[in-house]
Amino acid sequence: MAFKLNVNGETVTVDVPADKPLLWVLREDVGHTGPKFGCGIAQCGACTVHLSGQPIRSCVMPVSAVGEQTITTVEGVESDAALAIRDAWRELDVVQCGYCQSGQIMSATALLEQNPSPSDDDIDNAMSGNLCRCATYKRIRAAIHLAADKLEA
Amino acid sequence: MFGKIKLPARPMNRRSFLKVVGLSGAGFMVGCSESTDAVEKTSSGMRSTVSTVDLGPFVRINSDNTVTVIVKHLDKGQGSTTGLPAVVAEELDADWSQMRAEFAPANTEVYKNLFFGVMGTGGSTGMANSWMQLRNAAAGARAMLVGAAAARWGVDAADIHIANGVVSHGESRASFGELAADAAAIAPPAEPVLKDPSEFTLIGTHLPRLDSNAKTDGSATFTLDIDRPGMLIAVVAHPPRFGASVSSFDAAAALDVAGVEQVVQIPQGIAVIADNFWSAKKGRDALTVEWDESGVDRRGSDELFAEYDAALASPDGKVARSDGDVDAAFAAADKVIQREFRVPYLAHATMETMDCVIEYRGDAAEIWTGSQLQTVDQQIAAGILEVDPSSVQIHTQFAGGSFGRRAVPNSDYVAEAASIAKAIDGRAPIKLQWTREDDMRAGYYRPMSSHILEGALDTDGNITAWRHRIAIQSILAGTPFAGMIQNGIDASSVEGASNLPYAIPNVHVRLNDMDTSVPVLWWRAVGNTQNGYVTEAFFDELARESGRDPLEYRLALLKDHPRHTAVLNLAASKAGWGENPGEGRGRGIAVLESFGSVVAEIVDVSVDQQGNFSVDKVTCAVDCGIAVTPDVVKAQMEGGIGYGLSAALREEITITDGGVDQANFDRYRPLRINEMPDIDVHILPSANPPSGVGEPGTPPFAAALAAALADATGKRVYRMPIGDQLQA
Repeated sequence: MAFKLNVNGETVTVDVPADKPLLWVLREDVGHTGPKFGCGIAQCGACTVHLSGQPIRSCVMPVSAVGEQTITTVEGVESDAALAIRDAWRELDVVQCGYCQSGQIMSATALLEQNPSPSDDDIDNAMSGNLCRCATYKRIRAAIHLAADKLEA
Repeated sequence: MFGKIKLPARPMNRRSFLKVVGLSGAGFMVGCSESTDAVEKTSSGMRSTVSTVDLGPFVRINSDNTVTVIVKHLDKGQGSTTGLPAVVAEELDADWSQMRAEFAPANTEVYKNLFFGVMGTGGSTGMANSWMQLRNAAAGARAMLVGAAAARWGVDAADIHIANGVVSHGESRASFGELAADAAAIAPPAEPVLKDPSEFTLIGTHLPRLDSNAKTDGSATFTLDIDRPGMLIAVVAHPPRFGASVSSFDAAAALDVAGVEQVVQIPQGIAVIADNFWSAKKGRDALTVEWDESGVDRRGSDELFAEYDAALASPDGKVARSDGDVDAAFAAADKVIQREFRVPYLAHATMETMDCVIEYRGDAAEIWTGSQLQTVDQQIAAGILEVDPSSVQIHTQFAGGSFGRRAVPNSDYVAEAASIAKAIDGRAPIKLQWTREDDMRAGYYRPMSSHILEGALDTDGNITAWRHRIAIQSILAGTPFAGMIQNGIDASSVEGASNLPYAIPNVHVRLNDMDTSVPVLWWRAVGNTQNGYVTEAFFDELARESGRDPLEYRLALLKDHPRHTAVLNLAASKAGWGENPGEGRGRGIAVLESFGSVVAEIVDVSVDQQGNFSVDKVTCAVDCGIAVTPDVVKAQMEGGIGYGLSAALREEITITDGGVDQANFDRYRPLRINEMPDIDVHILPSANPPSGVGEPGTPPFAAALAAALADATGKRVYRMPIGDQLQA
């Protein structure tokens, strides 16, 4: 089936089965490989992208459910919050293996877009769906606070 | 993780790969030859306008004045693509901003791990084995650049200065890029002059990771991201139980799935091949497979633990260490304490599931994967494809975690990819993609183990004897690495136990080798994780039973171990050891040496009335020799502690009827951000050569946590994971 998608501000048309998860459509049919496959059951968050600005797990979202909503991947996210998050991630060298970090950054960006000065509890609530086996969590928390401080300044 | 690796010297096929003969000896190679043959020009997509000059196999100078370090070790997060370039940058007097990293091609002779004798990463040896090799390589390259500048300017090489990547003499200035072509014509010095460590300007300072940019904008390439023209995706139906094999299968429904092109039987199961992942996965779901389970070992975890415990109770076993007269000391003891411990199978559960891209063209093949043992992967793939190993190129990719999983003596998933490529006669490039369920249920696991610890105390509470019995399955036995087992004892089974550092006059460590069909493998710090937990947790209990402070009790028995003493004292002073942690709180300490480094950890916990607990803070002190990139060292301690905490809280692979019970992160539940403690890492200043950091942060953690929980509640944990034991 043909689906017209709005990905990172561009309209693309893909011809895929209706039940194909958005993650695999983005990776295989659109060519954005930033979102990663981790579990396939919305338990790890490596596949996180924004749908109309909200973080969602693209591994369980059938492409047919996307409709007119805008899709943003790590390659295309460029809000002030996103730039602050990315800078903070780099300043604190959050990454280790890096595989989950696209998803972490998308969840963190959505958090800051909605809550410019999150508390530790806010961070826990927003980020606990994103697993990191390298356990970079301490730096993720610090980077979100750093990004929030810089946005505020 | 392992010492010198012995492999067959020629390509292995399935029939012969269990026959192990020695590989030729590992000679030390100074990386300053001008030969460029060894360095493959891999495709990083940047060479169209930039020309390159190789000054030996490790240092590449580019015409845009960047310096690419050829990194022979996989980077799975531990930072080899930052740490190894730092060594080069130091001896080259480069500017950090000009440094780049690229993975080396599979070439055992040039890029072998000098500790293993084969190309591979593990045992936290990446920096340790590269340290002098890269210093020599970079100092040699520096001398060549200096020689080129001296010739160009007609001055004495001794008067040439290099700082921050700028070569200068008086008013003359040149960049590395400008001098590189001339430098390549200069003979490298036989013995390059190395810096005195007091002259280091980069090593030991904060250097930003070279992979941070690519890993924060989605551009870093993992195996999952590799695409080749005409590439097909393979998803494999693996046996539901260990030891099962395909009896028959019906591919009709799978082939009806749009996009599925072929279904083939391979030794590992049934491969469904499609033009995209989703079709391949749906094809696998539609497949009907009858499994021959006649060879299945149907024992489950409970039966296995019962057998392990029975083995411990028997008089049999191999002696891993015997000091003094343990029996006499126990007979004379004022008090004897005996405790039994159990630790479970654990999955590595890397974020990136196992995956491998292979392109097979009859007489040659190319492989893209996060290869951790390139020599082994190359030889095993070559054996399956019946080509010469030198015809198998490996393009090592960033790996989305490993923790040991990608260093497999039989190259399990690389072999699977090669088997598929062979089965379809290489008609298309193949990406083998494991789902999380494959990853969790098809192997591999940190082995489970049972332990009995006994301590003899005299009337003053001093430990007069220590006996430790271990029942565990060998990682090496039955694999192509079995030749590494010495005197019948797999070092992985007893590490962290047989090297107990305490000055106890009578020590006996005994091993019972257990046999199961569950595939086991090294797991971040391997035997040190279970043995470090049980020995240090038991030591803490002996201290408390004797009414002694666990820190002082340790220090009294570590007088011959200055590094242990130093990290214990450093951690204790930073954490404020001895202060009362307060009501509902507890504090524990542990220390362990592994992979040449010594780590002490102090854990602070809070426990409520119901037995719910949180880890509030971990204070860590590490002696890893010279900390080349201290922030990476700290990150590895943080990550190693988080990995240990994750395992201690809930992680457990259980076996029922010969199969794994857990399949995904809904039942195998790793640590999440809300459970991550504050971690304070302190690095002991050292002038010794660098030792490991990827693994040593994990082993002391579980014992320090158990000690902290005992301090808070009076209850001791003898079984991992902790789960809800404190709530019982």
